[in-house]
Amino acid sequence: MTMDRRTVTQMAADLRARKVSSVELVRACLPRIEASQSSLNAFVTVTAEQALAQAQAADRELAAGRGGPLAGVPIGHKDLFCTAGVRTTCGSRMLENFVAPYDATVVARLQAAGAVMLGKLNMDEFAMGSSNETSYFGPVRNPWNTDLVPGGSSGGCAAAVAARLLPAATATDTGGSIRQPAAFCGVTGIKPTYGRVSRYGMIAFASSLDQGGVIAQTAEDCARVLRSMAGFDPRDSTSVDNPVPDYLAGLDAPLAGVRIGLLKEFFDTGLEADYERRVREALAVFERLGARLCELSLPNIPRSVPAYYVVAPAECSSNLARYDGVRFGHRCRNPRDLTDLYKRSRSEGFGAEVKRRIMTGTYVLSAGYYDAYYLKAQRVRRLITADFERAFAEVDLLMGPTTPTPAFALGAKSADPITMYLNDIYTISANLAGLPAMSVPCGFAGGLPVGLQIIGPHFAEQRLLHAAHRFQLETDWHTRVPERCA
Amino acid sequence: MSTPLGTSVSADAGRRQGDAWETVIGLEIHAQLATRSKIFSGAATAYGAPPNTQACLVDLGYPGVLPVLNAEAVRMAVRFGLAIGAQIARQSVFARKNYFYPDLPKGYQISQYELPIVAGGTLEIVLEDGSRKRIGVTRAHLEEDAGKSLHEGLAGLTGIDLNRAGTPLLEIVSEPQMRSAREAVAYMKKVHTLVRYLEICDGNMQEGSFRCDANVSVRPAGSEKLGTRTEIKNVNSFRYVEKAIQYEVARQIELIESGGKVIQETRLFDPDRGETRSMRSKEEANDYRYFPDPDLLPLELEAAYIEAVRAELPELPDAKAARFSAQYGLSDYDAGVLTASRELADYYEAVTRTVPGQSKLAANWVMGELAAVLHKDGLEIGAGKLPAERLAGLLARIADGTISGKIAKEVFEVMWASGASADEVIASKGLQQITDTGAIERAIEEVMAHHPAQLAEFRAGKDKLFGFFVGQVMKATQGKANPAQLNALLKKKLPG
Repeated sequence: MTMDRRTVTQMAADLRARKVSSVELVRACLPRIEASQSSLNAFVTVTAEQALAQAQAADRELAAGRGGPLAGVPIGHKDLFCTAGVRTTCGSRMLENFVAPYDATVVARLQAAGAVMLGKLNMDEFAMGSSNETSYFGPVRNPWNTDLVPGGSSGGCAAAVAARLLPAATATDTGGSIRQPAAFCGVTGIKPTYGRVSRYGMIAFASSLDQGGVIAQTAEDCARVLRSMAGFDPRDSTSVDNPVPDYLAGLDAPLAGVRIGLLKEFFDTGLEADYERRVREALAVFERLGARLCELSLPNIPRSVPAYYVVAPAECSSNLARYDGVRFGHRCRNPRDLTDLYKRSRSEGFGAEVKRRIMTGTYVLSAGYYDAYYLKAQRVRRLITADFERAFAEVDLLMGPTTPTPAFALGAKSADPITMYLNDIYTISANLAGLPAMSVPCGFAGGLPVGLQIIGPHFAEQRLLHAAHRFQLETDWHTRVPERCA
Repeated sequence: MSTPLGTSVSADAGRRQGDAWETVIGLEIHAQLATRSKIFSGAATAYGAPPNTQACLVDLGYPGVLPVLNAEAVRMAVRFGLAIGAQIARQSVFARKNYFYPDLPKGYQISQYELPIVAGGTLEIVLEDGSRKRIGVTRAHLEEDAGKSLHEGLAGLTGIDLNRAGTPLLEIVSEPQMRSAREAVAYMKKVHTLVRYLEICDGNMQEGSFRCDANVSVRPAGSEKLGTRTEIKNVNSFRYVEKAIQYEVARQIELIESGGKVIQETRLFDPDRGETRSMRSKEEANDYRYFPDPDLLPLELEAAYIEAVRAELPELPDAKAARFSAQYGLSDYDAGVLTASRELADYYEAVTRTVPGQSKLAANWVMGELAAVLHKDGLEIGAGKLPAERLAGLLARIADGTISGKIAKEVFEVMWASGASADEVIASKGLQQITDTGAIERAIEEVMAHHPAQLAEFRAGKDKLFGFFVGQVMKATQGKANPAQLNALLKKKLPG
């Protein structure tokens, strides 16, 4: 059970060169996943048989000189992308036994590109959480130190890639759910521009903020996978109908002259000193590569967290109303009447954090409070977006820390939701403004991975991937693996 | 003056309670748009399918699915807005109306709240005295229908049929400008006519394709301030709307006059008992927590699109009625009746085209004999039982004197029952009018010979007996004598 450190890019090349078969890759992954479950708990469902069948099909295609760009490459899906015939739990008791009768667009596109699904990855319940502790299927643990959280909500995805259980996974990011776990686990993650990746079949948390993306080892891999999953989907009215560029093109081009802005608000008092040093060292690498750095201030950024915790719960309170025990999902036993059916099915089916957000969201949308909370939060959102627009008139990219601290201990923040929410303080603003953003490994603080966040203007995924790739050509932080997993 | 096809307004229910109270009514009409698929999914909208066979994953509110707006529903809403001279919003917004109910799969209904697609139009109704009244349409917005909860034959259980879930509705909200139940019905009929003209709704009220909620209040005559209103939900016939409002007005007046107060509430009309009953009070009302639906972008319409829809509008009822008056020399009333539906108007025009110059005769027959048999047999004009050319064939025989109007009614009955043409019926029954002067003269002479006493009286100055002789000759000729010729010949012969 030796670790396969190959990236998606390397695997795809080896598969095409027939140096390795997809079946061999899958057969190597499955026992390592199995063995990791007791310590990491990264998977909710492992689809061994289906994966082998897909791998065999991919091998046939490759043997015939056909096959898509990801033919035979094993990947995993965050367990909120619907997969026909394979249960999709959203990390919730509510959907413990829910089997979707259809594939999410992302799932279908990656399958069409030849990717092989190994299983469904653990996550915070309904993607609500920053530590993966809210999953009904138990917390995921950080491969760097299993006493620590992997971050959330895409904790299973980040942990699995960090432990090299698979080379890449789909994930989603509503307030930092790709970038924060990527930072905590020392892997690379991209949240594309809102509307770039179809949300069809991606179980909703907060519709105006949710965006699908990728967690992988490298920026190049992110580009490779994103290229196959992005693009307009007529079934998602919020997906954007403009062509997907070849994210792999021009990744090696020089960075000279790129203007990088440092947000003053991201280097505030909450940022741990060691973390800040690693981020500044990373920025120095960019400077050496010819980028120009300058400091910027976006005055409305500090309002991101409160605005987010109005908008996201508001949308969630409505999105989760469909889980009523009538048509699918958990239904309580022997309901006395309709109200009892609703009350008990939902009380039993949802965990504490989900309930907290449903209640918050219901409150902020209520008559008499709507203007004071929801409308005001939407105004703040517009101000933040305008702040970013001004910034991107001056710089090409913004950079800073992904989180204020490295991974924290399980249970350290679960008793205090506000402390937990503040962990997303640097990531949330990109969601509010719909901007593409990445987290890239940039060193260690106290032995734990540190993430560099890169934010760009709308649809500048290529620019982000380019900068991240050039950084990864100069550094090897993204190649480090936890010793205990090796 | 009401005919089966008429839409006239008569007695005023509010005023019947005495002139002390004024009734104020506003209507919210739900017109189901005649799209083939649902407003946010590709599932079919056809009525009457077995339960839950026309509900796809989007209609079922499955995890992960998303709504996609049906462009045809938008086009239909714009047609309506343009037809009532309203503003078509260049940007309108879909909102979620949140509440729990088993036949509402997502736990919210997608509707339009703050920014509807249509705002500020007007419709004109004709009152009983022939005067016209303009009723303002505050707004019309697009929304999805819910499913149905079924109780019949399910002892102690509720069945859910989601076939209707996601069916497109246009909710048409009037200003509170109607002052009687009859006015409300006239307005509702006007909207009904219009949506059918525009081919945006089949208007089928039994199937619930066209239904309304009535907001009713009363206030002291002369008062400017509106009284507390009640809302009567989901009434699906013109007659029930009238009865429900009349009942509600009487109930409110009685309540206030006996020292009580009207409370704002939702009421249901029970057609069996002819009364409204409280359903829920304002305090029990849901807080719908409306907010813009983040799954749907604001609906943006370009001016060119709106103009293209305008260019496709058919001739509208009021314009058609005015043209009928001018072109065919019809009274306003007749023109109004004949344009009450597009099918009826088309039928009438087809008849007059086939027998030119007989537009008044055609109007009388279409509104009279034809309307009566249609009503009797419960048929629609469009059912095709008597094609316009057939009726025109009959009118042509009246016009050219082959048969009299009286005989024509007999011929018509046979045509209706058998499907034969007028000429076939006339020939087979030998009903052709007698226009041979000699034959008529011989009949007159026979009658004169048989009734010498009456003849003597007539000649002595009893002019009234002229009619007696007309009748006798008609009887002798089985009604086939040409009436005009008969008159002329009798006038010549009787005086001796």
